[in-house]
Amino acid sequence: MLMVTILGFILLGIGLWGMLTRRNIIKIIIGFSIMDTGVHLIIVSIGYLAGRTAPILDSAVSPAQAVQKVVDPIPSALVLTAIVIGLAVTALMLSYAVQMHKTRGSLQIDDYRAPTKKQGAA
Amino acid sequence: MIKRLFIFAAIILFGLMVLPLVTRIAPFTELTPLAAKYVGAEAHELGAANLVTAVVVTYRGLDTLGEVTVLFAATAGVGFLLRSRTKKDSSIADAETQAVEAGVQAADPESAVPVEVEVEADRRGSGASGAAATRRPAPLSELLSSASVVLFPLVLMFGAYIFIHGHLTPGGGFQGGVVIASGFALLMAADASRTLNHGVLLLVESLSGAAYVVLGLLGLVLAAGFLDTTFLPFGKLGQVFSAGAIPVIYSFVGLKVGSELTNILESLRK
Amino acid sequence: MSSIEIFIIPIGLFMIAGALIALYQKSLVAAIIVSGVVSLVASVIYVMLAAPDVAMTEAAIGSALTTVVFLYALGRIRKQGGSEND
Repeated sequence: MLMVTILGFILLGIGLWGMLTRRNIIKIIIGFSIMDTGVHLIIVSIGYLAGRTAPILDSAVSPAQAVQKVVDPIPSALVLTAIVIGLAVTALMLSYAVQMHKTRGSLQIDDYRAPTKKQGAA
Repeated sequence: MIKRLFIFAAIILFGLMVLPLVTRIAPFTELTPLAAKYVGAEAHELGAANLVTAVVVTYRGLDTLGEVTVLFAATAGVGFLLRSRTKKDSSIADAETQAVEAGVQAADPESAVPVEVEVEADRRGSGASGAAATRRPAPLSELLSSASVVLFPLVLMFGAYIFIHGHLTPGGGFQGGVVIASGFALLMAADASRTLNHGVLLLVESLSGAAYVVLGLLGLVLAAGFLDTTFLPFGKLGQVFSAGAIPVIYSFVGLKVGSELTNILESLRK
Repeated sequence: MSSIEIFIIPIGLFMIAGALIALYQKSLVAAIIVSGVVSLVASVIYVMLAAPDVAMTEAAIGSALTTVVFLYALGRIRKQGGSEND
């Protein structure tokens, strides 16, 4: 459906804006998670055909008429792996955030600037 | 100010980038030729009732192998980043933490102060045994801890059902693995001091991953190519023992995903 | 617009509002829970798009496991001495 594609793009934009403007590391990771959700919505919405049903062969859809009656199964298959990988990458980012907080005790990315030449050890 | 301008420009350019996609997209009326080929030929070639499972395991089997690898790398990364330091380091860190944040009520289960732990237990108001609360913190909620004993095997069984029947009903290895990991999350939430055996989890994960590759190689030897699932008999469409090696492969994928996600949760918890 | 598509509009507005709230909230725990709700509502949209496998996966991962992973990380940060507010 076109509306779900537009919704996916809006969520992608909101997630991108959140990642660019927020100062807290956890907020940045939440923005990444929202971007992920948006991208998956876009992909699955492209595979949808109007008036058709889920791609499972059972008593309602026989193998012979499947080509006329089912939705595209390929985007679903792609998004399945993408969702699980999104969770794993989010967990990895969070463990980085935990370790960063251990070194300097702050969750604001402003406190993690690289030292400039003036501030560095002489 | 300049930074805000740049961010604004980035968002506007992003909107312009997706605008042609949105205005020119027309909803499809027919399946794309690739999808039509997969859907039309699938009942003959593979015999699975769930088309998405057939695409994930066989037609796009190499993508699933890549996904399993990426999950393994992410789990290894999380485990490495959050590995527990030596006992000496952790006790020094605890003393520093308690000295620094004097006002914050951080409940540190490892601290050897029984009075503090008992105050915590009383404040939470749980009716659990007071004798056990001197060494370990009391269970957080009696409802949760007694319900999790009943619910945990049911959730595991449900997860196993999902990945065993992945080729018949909506579901499959990933969903079953995630449900199994949720069951372990329930167990962890019910009792904060319970630790899972890392060795068993790692063993299950590695053996499942190896079994997945071995089944792919069996397909190379006995059938047409790597990860071809037709070397086991097809059976009748819609039965549990059908679709060749698809349920076997997906069961191993389910076990691997479940143990990996549980490993991630366990590494993050402590 | 068919009858099912009418429902996409309020659901979509809810998701957009939830995403904005999750990024604006001061309290991190509330932001995490709202982002979990956004993923849960996305799984409802997947059911409308006739993709039941994706709906199951998104419901389990987006609402349960992602929230749990975030909260465990936040617990670790709190144990290391951070505060959970912005």
